[in-house]
Amino acid sequence: MPYSDKVIDHYNNPRNIGSLDKGDASVGTGMVGAPECGDVMKLQIRVNELGIIEEAKFKTFGCGSAIASSSLATEYLKGRSLDEALEIKNTDIVRELSLPPVKIHCSVLAEDAIRAAIADYQSKQETAK
Amino acid sequence: MARAIYMDNNATTPVDPVVMDIMLPYFTEKFGNAASRNHSYGWEAEEAVDIARGQIAAAINADPKEIIFTSGATESNNLALKGVAEMYREKGNHIITVQTEHKCVLDSAKYLEQHGCTVTYLPVQTDGLIDLAVLEAAITPETILISVMFANNEIGVIQPIAQIGAIARKHGVLLHTDAAQAFGKVLIDVLAQNIDLMSISGHKLYGPKGIGALYVRRKNPRVRLEAQQHGGGHERGMRSGTLYVPLIVGLGAAAERAVAEMPTESVRTLQLRERLYKNVTSRLPEVYVNGSLEHRLPGNLNISFAFVEGEALLMGLNDTVALSSGSACTSASLEPSYVLKALGVGDELAHSSLRFGIGRFNTEADVDRVSDKIVDVVTRLREMSPLWEMHQEGVDLTKVQWVAH
Ligand SMILES: Cc1ncc(COP(=O)(O)O)c(C=O)c1O
Repeated sequence: MPYSDKVIDHYNNPRNIGSLDKGDASVGTGMVGAPECGDVMKLQIRVNELGIIEEAKFKTFGCGSAIASSSLATEYLKGRSLDEALEIKNTDIVRELSLPPVKIHCSVLAEDAIRAAIADYQSKQETAK
Repeated sequence: MARAIYMDNNATTPVDPVVMDIMLPYFTEKFGNAASRNHSYGWEAEEAVDIARGQIAAAINADPKEIIFTSGATESNNLALKGVAEMYREKGNHIITVQTEHKCVLDSAKYLEQHGCTVTYLPVQTDGLIDLAVLEAAITPETILISVMFANNEIGVIQPIAQIGAIARKHGVLLHTDAAQAFGKVLIDVLAQNIDLMSISGHKLYGPKGIGALYVRRKNPRVRLEAQQHGGGHERGMRSGTLYVPLIVGLGAAAERAVAEMPTESVRTLQLRERLYKNVTSRLPEVYVNGSLEHRLPGNLNISFAFVEGEALLMGLNDTVALSSGSACTSASLEPSYVLKALGVGDELAHSSLRFGIGRFNTEADVDRVSDKIVDVVTRLREMSPLWEMHQEGVDLTKVQWVAH
């Protein structure tokens, strides 16, 4: 199956690979998927005092489309408020990367990872209060 | 850019140029129908078919009359299972096969289950071999056929066919073996190994696609088959249809060449496989072989690179080498290879598997180039793998609560 140029680009030059300190109160971590399903995404955000996502990092175990979906998600996240981040939909990723139907689950996983990272950040803020 | 190195020879092989040259005249000037008895065009074609039949028979210690030409191993397997089940219905309705068979055997067996047969699908051990005691215990008075593949297409594991043949003979049950992968690569002797039916395919041994054969034993015992395709009564009535002479000529020539070269070629491809394995495992940790290394086709290697996904691996390797993976991120079910599953390989390692099929046209330089690239890509993908990171931190991945989707 041929991949779209954008998927290939993210696969070859993934944006924002890496990890943030998950113990840091300003960091939210989302880990979704399972190894036996063939994909696991870890997505992390660092939120500043103004509530803006300053940094986003990912690591992904999965196919090229899964890697590209999470790489693109980190690009989308940077500079957004949490509310704006929650507006990111898997369909945005599908459209941008021209994912075929069999790869839509990769974009769904990326959306799940975004939500999980935000939820983790918010629960940390709650407990800190 | 140079084309990628082809190292997927278990999927298919190119036609050997020598074989191609032998085939070519049979498309054009020697185009006769092998069934035309009244002119030289027909005689010429018939003679060519006879030579090919002889070449194939000689390769497996059979009689030329025992070779039935088909369109490939898929058809041969269908004909063997369905043809025997229908012909021997009065004797019994039980068939024994194995969970790791090619889909065309498994699906023929499933078809027969819907038509009055019962089928036992034997499990395999972690090395991919069946347990002979389990096989023997599965035989009932109703058993008419045992169908066990000679060598597996994904993991290259070679079953102990001679011992299976002895068990089948002892119980008066027919033995069919799918030798699509084994033919031309390992020694096959239908008499010594007590094989009653055997499927072969042209395109796995540097012959053309769309041609294969079924060996059907004629003596001790005489095996009969209910034809699945009716017509002019070609091939002793077992498979009607005008013989595809150029492809048959190609299959015969390819078989002869493969058998002649087997002593040197099996050593050479085995050395290449060992080199590949050493190159990779000496530079990468957490690499696991799927299936027995000892009982395996010389050119096959199936290995899992833990913490990276097979399709992502292939995407990085595509420009360098053509391979296949046991991962199936493209299938709707996300189910990885059923063969690896049958070995008890965990789904996560099945998703991380690559199959290498080293063949006649691969060289040591190919193996070195492929190994270097694999080390690069695996290293790069592990650096972006959360599983690799957790493994490095000492997390036991089997104890993690995953949020499956
Ligand atoms: C073990 C095995 N059996 C059967 C087949 C089918 O052979 P063919 O392509 O000739 O129908 C193959 C090849 O795909 C195979 O590897």
